[in-house]
Amino acid sequence: MNTPRAIIRFTVNGERMIVQAQPMKRLLDVLREDLRLTGTKEGCGEGECGSCSVRMDGELVNSCLVPVLQAEGAVIQTVEGLARNDELHPLQQAFLDHGGAQCGVCTPGMLMAAAQLIERNPNPSIAEIREALAGNLCRCTGFTRIFEAVAVAAEKARLEKVHDAW
Amino acid sequence: MRGNADVHELIAPGSLAAVLELMAREPGKWTPIAGGTELMVAFSAGRLTASRLVSLWGIADLRFIETTADAVAIGAGATFLDLRRSATIQADLPLIARASSWIGSIANQGRATLGGNLVNGSPAADSSPALLVYDAEVELISVRGRRRIPYCEFHTSYKSNAMAPDELLYAVHLPRRWAHHRQYLRKVGTRRAMAISKVALAATALMNDGVIGEIRLGAASLGPFPMRLVKTEAALAGQPLTRETAQAARQALLTEAKPIDDIRSNAEYRRTVAANLLGEFLLELRQEGGRA
Amino acid sequence: MSTHAKTRIVGAPVPRKEGLDKLLGRARYVDDFDREGMWYGATVRSAIPRGIIRSISFEPHINWSEFAVAVSADVPGENRIQLIVADQPCLAESRVNHCEEPILLLAHTDRQKLREAIAAVRIEYDPLPAVLTLEESELQQVVVWGEDNLLKSFLLEKGDVDAVWADAAHIVEGEYRTGAQEHLYIENNGMIAEYSELNGVTVWGSLQCPYYVFKALRGIFALPEDKVRVIQTETGGAFGGKEDYPSILACHAALLAMKCGHPVKMVYDRIEDLAATTKRHPSRVRHRTALDKDGKLLAIDIQLDTDGGAYATLSSTVLSRATLHAAGPYMCPNVRVRARSWATNNVPYGAFRGFGAPQAIFAMERHMDEIAAALNIDPVDLRRKNFLHQGNTNSTEQLMREPVILDQLLDRALRESDFYAKREQFAHENVSSSVKRGIGLAAFYHGSGFTGSGEVYLNSQAGVDVTPEGMVRVLVSNTEFGQGTNTILTQIAAEALSLDYGRVTMAPPDTGTVPNSGPTVASRTSMVVGRLIERASLQLLAMLRAEAGLGAHFTSDEFFAACQRYRREHGEVVSLCRYEAPPGIHWDDQKYRGEAYGAYAWAVYVAQVMVDTVTYSAEVEEFWAVQEVGRVLHPVLARGQIEGGIAQGIGYALYEKVVTQNGRMTNNQMTNYIIPTAEDVPPIHVFIEEIPFRYGGFGAKGIGELPHDGPAPAILNAIRNATGVSMNAIPLLPEDLFARLSAAHALQEPAIV
Repeated sequence: MNTPRAIIRFTVNGERMIVQAQPMKRLLDVLREDLRLTGTKEGCGEGECGSCSVRMDGELVNSCLVPVLQAEGAVIQTVEGLARNDELHPLQQAFLDHGGAQCGVCTPGMLMAAAQLIERNPNPSIAEIREALAGNLCRCTGFTRIFEAVAVAAEKARLEKVHDAW
Repeated sequence: MRGNADVHELIAPGSLAAVLELMAREPGKWTPIAGGTELMVAFSAGRLTASRLVSLWGIADLRFIETTADAVAIGAGATFLDLRRSATIQADLPLIARASSWIGSIANQGRATLGGNLVNGSPAADSSPALLVYDAEVELISVRGRRRIPYCEFHTSYKSNAMAPDELLYAVHLPRRWAHHRQYLRKVGTRRAMAISKVALAATALMNDGVIGEIRLGAASLGPFPMRLVKTEAALAGQPLTRETAQAARQALLTEAKPIDDIRSNAEYRRTVAANLLGEFLLELRQEGGRA
Repeated sequence: MSTHAKTRIVGAPVPRKEGLDKLLGRARYVDDFDREGMWYGATVRSAIPRGIIRSISFEPHINWSEFAVAVSADVPGENRIQLIVADQPCLAESRVNHCEEPILLLAHTDRQKLREAIAAVRIEYDPLPAVLTLEESELQQVVVWGEDNLLKSFLLEKGDVDAVWADAAHIVEGEYRTGAQEHLYIENNGMIAEYSELNGVTVWGSLQCPYYVFKALRGIFALPEDKVRVIQTETGGAFGGKEDYPSILACHAALLAMKCGHPVKMVYDRIEDLAATTKRHPSRVRHRTALDKDGKLLAIDIQLDTDGGAYATLSSTVLSRATLHAAGPYMCPNVRVRARSWATNNVPYGAFRGFGAPQAIFAMERHMDEIAAALNIDPVDLRRKNFLHQGNTNSTEQLMREPVILDQLLDRALRESDFYAKREQFAHENVSSSVKRGIGLAAFYHGSGFTGSGEVYLNSQAGVDVTPEGMVRVLVSNTEFGQGTNTILTQIAAEALSLDYGRVTMAPPDTGTVPNSGPTVASRTSMVVGRLIERASLQLLAMLRAEAGLGAHFTSDEFFAACQRYRREHGEVVSLCRYEAPPGIHWDDQKYRGEAYGAYAWAVYVAQVMVDTVTYSAEVEEFWAVQEVGRVLHPVLARGQIEGGIAQGIGYALYEKVVTQNGRMTNNQMTNYIIPTAEDVPPIHVFIEEIPFRYGGFGAKGIGELPHDGPAPAILNAIRNATGVSMNAIPLLPEDLFARLSAAHALQEPAIV
């Protein structure tokens, strides 16, 4: 059996996209194969490791668990959409400065989970950072550098907001 | 990745009426999929048997939390993040808010729905113990109409439930009358987050002058589906909260619980920990009673 | 000697070399690449642990003409993976020796078609009796490997252990066990291969040791050096798990590429990676220790056994490191270690961070606390009384020439963790609480680099060159997989060449470009390879001064101008060095005596735990790690290594259990193989003392493996402190703690009412 392709229209990193894909194809595979956005990684295929985390309509999702049909009309952000022009997102800069990335495979998902956190909660406690990142498994860092990076980035983002408000 | 997207059909009719129409036309042929946190895992592992799926994601008629003076109705399509964020749930049904915060990760909570959790019917379902001790009712819907049954009668055997092939889970109804109850919920997994429950126990109880008035105990992973511990409740209801009562209840639970050995834990551990959780709750209850 | 000199770049927190690519999602891992016309490969594996393959048939509902199929008969060379002992077939021939052993390979243009095809290959077996534990193997009733199931044995002897027992004031015995552990790198194993008659084999993949893969491919394809090329792609974690296994996967992908005439990609999913690839060796260690009346060690007698799995792989070298670390960082005049690795019909075990040392150190450090309990002395005092000091000899009679500051590390660990006050406070609070807290420690050392004469045999070559475009390139086969190779080696070159960090880059990790500087294992990159890069850089400066008029002091522009002059007159600007052993290194491989390692890193770790007697779960609440690792090349990376190793060690102790049934892993999903999450890793306090090691790159010693050695014993010692019950096996999951506490009758009926 060959399921007919569905036409999916959605916005990815600010760009409107149209893809033709099997409706059950995982959003992860559409991003990686059809759109060549390979920053989003597959670590487990069961929603356990968070390497495939992206943001969809303002919420964090594991893209391995989203059939692409359910992304019809959605607004999606991947790691490739974090930096604006040539300017790193505060989280990317903080991860670079504080050793938040080692092997780099959990990093894209970790950044998306962290971005989701600091947008909803600009001043997270360490406990809140831990909870927000609990679905993103990192095997290299022991998380400590990541917590530090997220706390620093959150503070920087707050300061920038204050600055913008002026 | 072992699934083959070519052998599974997925459609999104977009409205509740259209989904019900489809299910009435071909009862049992279509498998509803909401947030996909269960079925997509099976798909990736090459274990998904359903060949035709109908998407419930994005159907607004299923995603609601409605409050009346004496009850809360939660749409089956409400996600666990919706439940965590609801002020009413936090205030009136705190065990549901807490259970919601333990389901997988934030990413899972934003996709997993209450309805999906119940229909999936895992013996370890995270939301079930709380629903059991809050006297939840479930509302089922089909083109034939709606009906309500107590949640404690919803699961009928391992991974089976009381729904007809053309029915969908529409909503969960919960009374708002727990402010004076002592409430308890503890989930035991191997780690703090992203844990699959090895055993969980929820309880609500009212004390009257050192005597246990009403008491409800809801458990996960102590049988083929989440269930009330009615024999243990019977050993406690109407009894003064003494050491003897507690020990009798512990014995009742150890007898009533029918956990299994599996890849995540073993029966002896589950049974004993469940009894310990009951002990912990009764201790809290007694301390509460002492203060009152 | 540059070790005490002031440095600009070494020791500074420069940005990770490939960091920006990783943060922008631009770094390309093997699954992020496609080759033109590429097919996808998959593996048909053994379903039984041991047996004869009776028949292989192909069910007719599949259109097999669309598939390429490879079997052992397709191997052009010798069907053995070349490693230490060439006993492991690339594809099974007439028999299988473990579950998941590769039997047959399939390739197709459509990845989605492969699963159904795998299920349609029917393999009939005549099962043979299987050996699934080291206990069964050592009985030797069923022989599954060689004459006697013995993959390797070592005997280490210092003094005369047997002369001591009769007069010892105390003799303490104990048995300790450790389980298998999965690396759980977040990127699974993966490889892309191309094959042509003209160019031979080229592979791109996730791997640690390009020249191991190179050697394996040459053997399987019987090809000369110039017909095999191995290129490492960005690698998403390894921890030893991509030391030996990628050789097999590369051969598989290349065989399929040869069969189908197209490039072939094979990327495992998590289910396959967990079930089929290597794990840490399970161990059983028995200690018998004699002490005098004051608690001074008189004799340490150790019987150390590991389960090696179905083939020899790296079991001998893992066993070697276990043997050499077994007696810990203590002064003892009489030591005997009898070590054996046993063949079983389990999936072959392999390299994993620490490489045998975590198993041996778990036993030793757990045993030290048992000795302290038996003698009724403080475990802190017992260790302090017996620590090695400069001028002592360790178990291999290696003279400790360099400073040994264990006392200082211990003092700091006690102070930072407030050890004594906490221990007293917990003892007091535990009496009336269902939650029992405890604190425990472990002291240990870890040898840097290959064992004994290993580095001499490796004869590593590494260096630097300068491109016409004006970049210095570091030429090594040592790879980056998160631990920081790219950063520290370019730091070292930039420092030695007095250039900016930005002017130094890594040459591509491609055997067609870089020399063989040895494998990226054994905590050797900073110390051994770093030193080679330092030397090659200084040699380059000398060359440019002698041949191209470079001044004593120079600017960056002057340096590159001198390189251009040199290039015009002499050709390529390149400087390579070979390994030179530090003076006074003697190692007797037969007697296991002498300088086992060029240098040791030293540590004292402290764990604070909480045991909940309602749920029988143990959690680490806080962790202190004090170590001396030579010169720290990069402060942030060093901390990252230590914290990551500790998190993995916590998993080893409390969470990670490989569950098998008849030799097959049954919890081979991330949902069921539990590693610590962001909520489970406690606050980790890292303290580093630096004593530069003169023969390491800018004074560095090894750092990568050390932090995995200490957590498990420190945690289990803390659990003993909390509960009063000895726990001698890891992983210690709540179910195990429940069983152990119940058996010990230490468990009072929970205080209900």
